[in-house]
Amino acid sequence: MHEISLCEGILQIVEDAAKRDAFSAVRRVRLEIGRFSGVEVGALRFGFDVVMKGSLAEGAALEIIEVPGEAYCFDCGESVVIGERFDPCPRCGGARLSPTGGTEMRIRDLEVI
Amino acid sequence: MCTVCGCGEGEVRIEGAEKRVNGHHHPHEHHPHDHHGHDHGHHGHDHHDHHHGEGQGVHSGQDLHFGQGPARAHAPGMSQARMVAIETDILAKNDGYARINRQRFAEAGILALNLVSSPGSGKTTLLCKTIALLGSRWPLGVIEGDQQTANDAMRIRETGAPAIQINTGKGCHLDAHMVGHAIDHLKPEPFSVLFIENVGNLVCPAAFDLGEAAKVAVLSVTEGEDKPLKYPDMFAAAELVLLNKVDLAPHCDVDLDAYERNARRVNPSVEILRVSARTGEGMEAWLGWLDARRGEALTRAREAAERRLAAISEAQVGRIPA
Repeated sequence: MHEISLCEGILQIVEDAAKRDAFSAVRRVRLEIGRFSGVEVGALRFGFDVVMKGSLAEGAALEIIEVPGEAYCFDCGESVVIGERFDPCPRCGGARLSPTGGTEMRIRDLEVI
Repeated sequence: MCTVCGCGEGEVRIEGAEKRVNGHHHPHEHHPHDHHGHDHGHHGHDHHDHHHGEGQGVHSGQDLHFGQGPARAHAPGMSQARMVAIETDILAKNDGYARINRQRFAEAGILALNLVSSPGSGKTTLLCKTIALLGSRWPLGVIEGDQQTANDAMRIRETGAPAIQINTGKGCHLDAHMVGHAIDHLKPEPFSVLFIENVGNLVCPAAFDLGEAAKVAVLSVTEGEDKPLKYPDMFAAAELVLLNKVDLAPHCDVDLDAYERNARRVNPSVEILRVSARTGEGMEAWLGWLDARRGEALTRAREAAERRLAAISEAQVGRIPA
């Protein structure tokens, strides 16, 4: 996808927070990345180290909380957890599911000094 | 938000814009922090040269206060004085620009559509044909996104419709900030239909809201029935799929029903129309879809205008009688 671009977005949010909350360095960044967010976690980790270089978050640890994919099944009317957007319903085998959770791409919090 | 895949900073060009638009929205200033005399939220104490150690509470008079760091919480194992709650979407910046664009479209009664597809699906030909069929019925505008060249904008302008090209340099998608600039230059007419032709890419444009009313995915029959399964994010984000080049289906040994089945598998509520920009097949249904969506945009603009009129009438009640 555009993981380096996402890391640029993370850095911008971190820099804005540094002004607001007055900190000079970031030790750890915690993200919530949903199963359906389209983000490749490996690529994000790679991009993170590259983009944070020379910034107040250089060397910061990246902690990623992976949020499972949730979907509503139109066939059995239940909310279920699935691995991919087009997986069949694990309860009834139905193929008509609409994702309801797992699309998040958020920064939860930072550990700063 | 950076507009590119990390490699193309400073290369975005908008036709007619004096200078490259990227860069100025990249205020990556590494501001020096003054930590003296900062109010860290603990009773207004001066904390000159006060360094909060790992896991340590804030010393204030006789007391140790936990839960007063920036995060206002104490998590075990993490120094609360050093935790900052962010709770912000990574794409928040883009989404902010998208909200502004959407507001501008709503105020002007403009129907904005984000056309997404892989390269070569026939988006530009489809647009040219659509514009030709519409004639002068509605005011139109086109924003063309490509990495390089202004070829597509020139093709659109040959039809008589106003168009502007955005070159993303090495970028793989349009973002809401670029589109905001393009609107400034294109100045789409009120009550127009604005087509935003995204960079040909079935991956990245899915995540970037441009402020559009709907994403329309163009999928040509030469691409293979399993494209929606291979690139589910894009087809999940689209409200309409135009299955294009159906005139080629007999030559490509493809199953059109399989295309539809796979698109519905990733997006059960998606609408699908089979069209051929070349032969004109199915174009009437596409124009019908546009007409219905434009009707909704106009209704929303009318309702907003009526609310405004009602507010003015209400304000007039307060006039002092002669």
